[in-house]
Amino acid sequence: MNDFIDLFFNLDIMAQAWPLLLKGLIVTLQLCGVVIGLGLVGGLLLALGALSPRRWLKWPAVGFIDLFRALPPLVLLVFVFSGLPFAGLDLSPFVAVVIAFFLNNSAYFAEVFRAGIQSVPKGQAEAARATGLSQPQTLAHVVLPQAVRNVLPDLLSNTVEVVKLTSLASVVSLSELLYSANMARSVTYNSSPLILAALVYLAILWPLVRLISRYQRGLAVH
Amino acid sequence: MRFLDTFFDGAVMAKYLPELLSAIVTTLWISLIVVVAGLALGLVMACLRTLGRWYLTLPIVAFADIGRALPPLVVILIFYFGLPGLGINLSGPMVLILVLGGVLAAFAEEIFWAGLTSVSRGQWEAGRATGLGFGQTLFEIALPQAVRMGIPPLVNRALAITKMTALGSVIGVKEILTVSSSAQSFSGSATPLTMAALAYLAIFLPVVILSRVLEQRYAWAV
Repeated sequence: MNDFIDLFFNLDIMAQAWPLLLKGLIVTLQLCGVVIGLGLVGGLLLALGALSPRRWLKWPAVGFIDLFRALPPLVLLVFVFSGLPFAGLDLSPFVAVVIAFFLNNSAYFAEVFRAGIQSVPKGQAEAARATGLSQPQTLAHVVLPQAVRNVLPDLLSNTVEVVKLTSLASVVSLSELLYSANMARSVTYNSSPLILAALVYLAILWPLVRLISRYQRGLAVH
Repeated sequence: MRFLDTFFDGAVMAKYLPELLSAIVTTLWISLIVVVAGLALGLVMACLRTLGRWYLTLPIVAFADIGRALPPLVVILIFYFGLPGLGINLSGPMVLILVLGGVLAAFAEEIFWAGLTSVSRGQWEAGRATGLGFGQTLFEIALPQAVRMGIPPLVNRALAITKMTALGSVIGVKEILTVSSSAQSFSGSATPLTMAALAYLAIFLPVVILSRVLEQRYAWAV
C-alpha cells in the first residue's frame, strides 16, 4: 500500500511537476481553442455541403467526411508530421497537430450538424423563405438555432472528445499536458505526474460528461 | 512523378507488405476482443444499474464517468509504465485491450442505460402486472428496446474506439501504425505511411458506411 502511494500519489513529486504540467495545460487549452474553433466552422461548412442538392458539392463533402471518419486521428497526425516532410512540407508539431485534428474533427462535427439540420422540419425553412427571408437569413435565423439546440448533447460530447484527442499531440513531442507529465515521469521514475495529469483532465471533463448524461436522460423522459 | 515515388513506391510496398499484413491481423484481433468485451461489460453494468442498489450504482456511474472523461492515452501510459512499479507487468496488447475495452464499456453502459430509461414506466409496470418477474421484464421487454435504440450510437462509438488501437504504437504493440512507422524510418520513404492509411481505410471505411445505413434504418427510433 505504501509502495502504491509512493509510486502513484507522491505529493512531493506532484508538487515538483506541477509548474511543468501547468505550462503543458496552457498549451493544451490553446490547442483545444484552435482545434475546436476550426472544427466547428469546418464541420458546419461540410454539413451544408453534404446536404446541398448540388452534386458537385454534395459528393466531395460526403467523401471527405467518410474518409476522415475512417482514419484513426493518430495515423493522420503521424502522416502529416512525418509523411509530409517527404513532400517538402516541414511543419512544426503545433501546426501538424492542428491540421491533422482539423481534418478529423471537422468530419465528426459535420455529422453532428448534418443530423441537427435534418432534424428541423422542412416546413420551417419553406415558411421562412415564403415570408421573404433570403436563404442565408433562413439558415442563420431559423434553421441553425433549432438545429444546434436539437444536437447540443452531441456537440458537447464531440467537444469532450476533442479535448481528450489533444493528448495524442504528445506523440509528436508537442509539450502539452500529457507530454509534460510523461516527461516528468521519465525524469523522476515515478508515475505520480501522470496521475496528476489524469486528475487535471478529470477536473476539466467530468462536469461536461455529467452534463451530457443529464441531457440524454432529459431527452429520454417523454 | 516525385510525389508518386515518395508516397507510392512499388518496391517499398512489396518489401513491407508481409509485415504489414501480420500487423493488420494484430489490429483486427485486438479490435475484436475490445468490441466484444467492451459491449458485454457495458451491458452487464447497465443491467446491474436497473436493480437500483446504491452500492452497485455508485461504482458503475463512477466507472462510466471516469472512462468517458479520461483520455485513453493517459490511462495506457499509467498502466504500461506505472504498474510494473507494483510488480504488475502487462504486455502491450494486454494494456491496450484492458484500457480500450474499459473505455468502450463506459460508453456502452451509458448508451444501454439511456435506452433502458427511455422505456416508459408503464411498460415495466405492465410487464410486472402480467406476472413476469423483474428479470423477465428486463430481458424480454426493456432490454430489446434499449439495444435497438442503442445500435447506431454503439456502432459509432465502437468504431471510434477500435480506431484507437493505433495508440498501441506508443507502447510498442506491433499493429499497423507501429509497423509502418518503423518501416518508414528504415526505408526513408513515406510509402509505408500511405500503406498504413490504406490498410485503415480498408478496415474502417466499410464500418463508416455501415453506420450510415444503420442510422437511416433506425432513424425512427431516435
